[in-house]
Amino acid sequence: MDDARPYIERAAPRHPALIDVEHVTADLFNIINVPTMIWIDERGRIVRPNDVQFGSDLFVAITGRPSEPFLAAVRAWVREGTGGLAPEEVRPYQVLPSREQQEGRAEFTLAWHLHRTGRRAAAERHFRRAGELAPGDWTIRRASLPIRGIDPMASEEFLALWQEGAPRYPAPELPGVATKAGV
Amino acid sequence: MASRTLTLFDDGRVVAVEAAVEGDSISISPDTLERALGWELKPQGLCRGDACFPVRDRAALLRAHGIDLGTFARLLDRPFAADAEAGVAVLGTPAADRASQIASMEAPDFTLPDLEGRLHSLRDQRGKKTLLIAWASW
Repeated sequence: MDDARPYIERAAPRHPALIDVEHVTADLFNIINVPTMIWIDERGRIVRPNDVQFGSDLFVAITGRPSEPFLAAVRAWVREGTGGLAPEEVRPYQVLPSREQQEGRAEFTLAWHLHRTGRRAAAERHFRRAGELAPGDWTIRRASLPIRGIDPMASEEFLALWQEGAPRYPAPELPGVATKAGV
Repeated sequence: MASRTLTLFDDGRVVAVEAAVEGDSISISPDTLERALGWELKPQGLCRGDACFPVRDRAALLRAHGIDLGTFARLLDRPFAADAEAGVAVLGTPAADRASQIASMEAPDFTLPDLEGRLHSLRDQRGKKTLLIAWASW
């Protein structure tokens, strides 16, 4: 919680900014990397599936994903109600969790608890096991690096992850993106 | 065999139960299973309320020192992680349950605290469009 505090206080958002220490949302929505965006309509229905998108251009040189098409699409959704998709349009893009993925999440929960209760060697074993079970999940593999005292941005361990490739979702194109790219 | 207090995560809930540990195997008594997890071993199988799962190999589930948690998890197709030496075990949510919830398009509800500890639920946002953003402070 204290790790997130400076970011939230500096941004001073008018929307709720919640702390998810136990990765509850990763488990519920099968989130495998951050930042992950999910559009939910007024009735509580998912109208755009998990997608890695960025709210700023801080990392655009690395990610190659400018924020503007995404922000424009969100604004249009809010103001004009465009861009949300029907269930049969969302469904083909959703990746559902496998048994191994869920086993990996259970191992992560175990490791995190062991770490917080001071049993570091046991925690390390289970963090590694979690990563083996869910190799394509950075909410497990990258998120465990700072907990284990490893730099999540500039360590050998992170570079090895980066070379494997950042996990992404097979998300549908943003409305308007294709046209703009063609200009 | 050693008797000890086990910290057991049951789909996000945490309970402390008495358990028997032998090597990597963790067992809890049938009474504890019912009290802490709501499951009962009956002649027709492993039951919660009216729902029963058949138990083909009863001896693998009910051992000398009680219900083997790993076998219990496998029977219910629940993810399971444990450290017997540390006395901690995690029973997660089956992949099939998570998958059907996600595929239903009904966003699953959750309740989490903000920096001040105030709790917020996704359902509080009903009637408004919600952009759910998962980010990290790395």
